Amino acid sequence: MISTLETQAKRPPFSPEKLTEVQGVIKQFPEGKQKSAILRVLHIAEEEFGGWLSPETMDYVAELLDIQSIEVYEVATFYTMFNLKPTGKFVFEVCRTGPCMLVGSDEIIDYIKSKLGISAVGETSADGMFTLKTAECLGACGYGPMLQCGKVYHEHLTPAKVDELMDHYRAKYSSSINQN
Amino acid sequence: MGRKLLLEHIDVSGIETYDVYRNHGGYKSVEKALKTMSAQEVVEEVQKSALRGRGGAGFPTGMKWSFLAKPEGVPRYLVCNADESEPGTFKDRFLMEKLPHLMVEGMITSSYALGANTAYIYIRGEYMFVLDILEKAIAEAYAKGWLGKNILGSGYDLDLHVAPGGGAYICGEETALLESLEGKRGNPRMKPPFPAVKGLYGCPTVVNNVESICAVVPIINIGADEYLKIGTEKSSGTKLISACGNIARPGVYEIELGLSVEDFIYGDEWCRGIANGKKLKALIPGGSSVPILPAHLITSTAAGERRYMSYESLSDGGFASGSMLGSGGFIVFDEDQCIVRNTWNFARFYAHESCGQCSPCREGTSWMEKVLHRLETGKGNMRDIDLLAEINKKIEGNTICPLGDAAAWPVAAAIRHFREEFEWHVTHPNDAITRNYGMLKTPSITL
Ligand SMILES: Cc1cc2nc3c(=O)[nH]c(=O)nc-3n(C[C@H](O)[C@H](O)[C@H](O)COP(=O)(O)O)c2cc1C
Ligand code: SF4
Ligand code: FES
Repeated sequence: MISTLETQAKRPPFSPEKLTEVQGVIKQFPEGKQKSAILRVLHIAEEEFGGWLSPETMDYVAELLDIQSIEVYEVATFYTMFNLKPTGKFVFEVCRTGPCMLVGSDEIIDYIKSKLGISAVGETSADGMFTLKTAECLGACGYGPMLQCGKVYHEHLTPAKVDELMDHYRAKYSSSINQN
Repeated sequence: MGRKLLLEHIDVSGIETYDVYRNHGGYKSVEKALKTMSAQEVVEEVQKSALRGRGGAGFPTGMKWSFLAKPEGVPRYLVCNADESEPGTFKDRFLMEKLPHLMVEGMITSSYALGANTAYIYIRGEYMFVLDILEKAIAEAYAKGWLGKNILGSGYDLDLHVAPGGGAYICGEETALLESLEGKRGNPRMKPPFPAVKGLYGCPTVVNNVESICAVVPIINIGADEYLKIGTEKSSGTKLISACGNIARPGVYEIELGLSVEDFIYGDEWCRGIANGKKLKALIPGGSSVPILPAHLITSTAAGERRYMSYESLSDGGFASGSMLGSGGFIVFDEDQCIVRNTWNFARFYAHESCGQCSPCREGTSWMEKVLHRLETGKGNMRDIDLLAEINKKIEGNTICPLGDAAAWPVAAAIRHFREEFEWHVTHPNDAITRNYGMLKTPSITL
């Protein structure tokens, strides 16, 4: 997550290290099937280039994979994990599906909305720190209510735990700023 | 105590690391298969074990393997389906997170059986933290000579990679998964041709669930005869059940197939009863796509026989009074839960996840969602209940992949068993809204 923060303003191209990583991913697939690497490369690109996929980023990925830009747009718009517009510094994706609802996900969603002072899912807090999104079942049904932030699952949520999380991520952001 | 085959060593500290795993009998199935068995013998052993696919459909794994086409000079692939997105299901994550080397070992033994020299684990994109765990295990396996060229001096080569998805339930459907793995949108393909003939990059491919592939390890280790002694006649072996909803102890449990549903829900070893001392109202035993069962059909069948956790017993009574074992996503509802709200929630899930290729599914799922939302919020009328049944009929059997059916059948089952509750939402529009969150006491109607 920190790496995302440090690179808020970063734009293509990848650093030499990231480029090596991407090349390694492409090599996992047979000769001529480099398009198979697209989802992984888009995930990496999103993380590297400010947490969302700009048209510039997608064109760059197309170039790297030697495919048409439209092939990247097609894929990026199909899969729900990709952000096609800028988000807050941290995105909270709360699972809203049945099993989580049974144990109180609706209340958690309402609580986060009120904490952030936003009126609807999809909005970002005024300070630009948090975006609230909902997701369908994230495979944590026995540990709900839950949310995903970056790669991390936060489970067994309560209002108090949500407060802690927000403090935690705010602190994380402050320390990353101070480092720079 | 039920016998544990997959989770035998789950409590051993450090079991996710190579050394500890190896010291607890890890990679023995690879040694046994590569040193003492031909590929064909491994396939036959799995066939004999009667292992049924653990991804949901329950298709016999050995039979699927025997269908794999073997044209000269064309590569064959094994693809592990780790897309796990069926609501209520979180067992594959548990296996891969806690026992990554079991996953790797299963992939090696299975790939050897199929003659695949490249294999992929396609994992849902949200499980990126699990992907990291798997890649670490894979790197260790390469370093120790279990992957790569000439494994154990047998002349057999295998490369194994993990590929993430991007957030799309439909990519759990095997042909959509293959499209996605080829770097495209996850639109299911028409079948035939089946993946066994034309799969990844047009080559013969086997797609199996995480748990099916892991189960190959104990089957080879103990032998099919021993495996067959566990479970029932029609449901051999053990199964992971991910239990959630309103139970005292949610989690992933490995059970011997044939355990009674009552023991599973109330037993100390498993769910320990309904949370907060409430009463059991309903159960979805195998993931959101299978029919819901009302209280009186959970621990016993319509014929009054005990209900067991097995393919045959959970489906006893067909769609009229039974359900399915499915993926093992076991969702329990207590007396305060609103069936209409839950049915609407799942309908919204399917509407959201329809890939949009077939109009009956694309239009039908969003219509169902709208009608159910109307009912749930007290704005519906009696005709809406029948309208749902009509939409159902238009979807059923008219689509490319089974997602359409998976969306339609649970709605039909909910109305079949809980029609009064749907009607109550029409006759009590104001109360219907206050019950939205299922937090208020169930009003006095006979459920
Ligand atoms: C809409 C839909 C979603 C599915 N999702 C999954 C899934 O997440 N994981 C899985 O293993 N199988 C899933 N399946 C079943 C697969 O198509 C396929 O049958 C399965 O991976 C075969 O593996 P098995 O025989 O080992 O169970 C899904 C099927 C459909 C129609
Ligand atoms: S049934 Fe639905 S999900 Fe399946 S192919 Fe058709 S539109 Fe896509
Ligand atoms: S329903 Fe929320 S994680 Fe599965």
